[in-house]
Amino acid sequence: MSIEVRIPTILRPYTKDQKSVEAAGATLSAVISDLDAQYAGLAERLLENGALRRFINIYVNDEDVRFLGGLDTAIKDGDSVTILPAVAGGSK
Amino acid sequence: MALTISQSIVDAILEQSRVEYPDECCGVILGPVGSDSPVRLKPMINAAHSPTFYEFDPKDLLALYREVDDKDEEIVVIYHSHTETEARPSRTDIAYAGEPGAHYVLVSTREEIAPATEFRSFRIIDGVVTEEEVSITP
Repeated sequence: MSIEVRIPTILRPYTKDQKSVEAAGATLSAVISDLDAQYAGLAERLLENGALRRFINIYVNDEDVRFLGGLDTAIKDGDSVTILPAVAGGSK
Repeated sequence: MALTISQSIVDAILEQSRVEYPDECCGVILGPVGSDSPVRLKPMINAAHSPTFYEFDPKDLLALYREVDDKDEEIVVIYHSHTETEARPSRTDIAYAGEPGAHYVLVSTREEIAPATEFRSFRIIDGVVTEEEVSITP
């Protein structure tokens, strides 16, 4: 079982500068655990208190996981996962 | 470090800031990969529709990254406006800055300095902000 995970520039220091890595898991949560086992520290950048960080977007096959099942989103062989930090800010 | 940018793009961003007032406006300027040259202005919708916050819609964000990849471009500049405050990164801007390779441009069209405006550029890397010179070409 192999899932392609696209890594944004800011997290590439964790993946030895690879833009795309392979991971395994039947749910998004399992995929993130597998990523963290391969690239220590990555999960901490994606999750906070067990939930997806507010300013991290994760997409499965181009769908925002917030509109799928969040961390419980089912993942199958051949799916593509994209991680992107939000572009956000403001004067306050 | 410096940002070199054309006057027409600067003018277009300042105009966008005025049009979207009182909300903050936002967008990116794209350029060929590795060029560090901002040539293609792409205004984005502020999904927060707020005078004190901006955020690209997550769907627009993914489409943007796909488009940039397909065209062998990169995000050279990420810009937004501050409509009531100075054009320098706020704590929020620093906390959420997620593109270490980009120039973060802030503009201010606040009334107290009108008709003058501010157009400033910064690098934001690991929470460290460094202002850089902006060189405007005709």
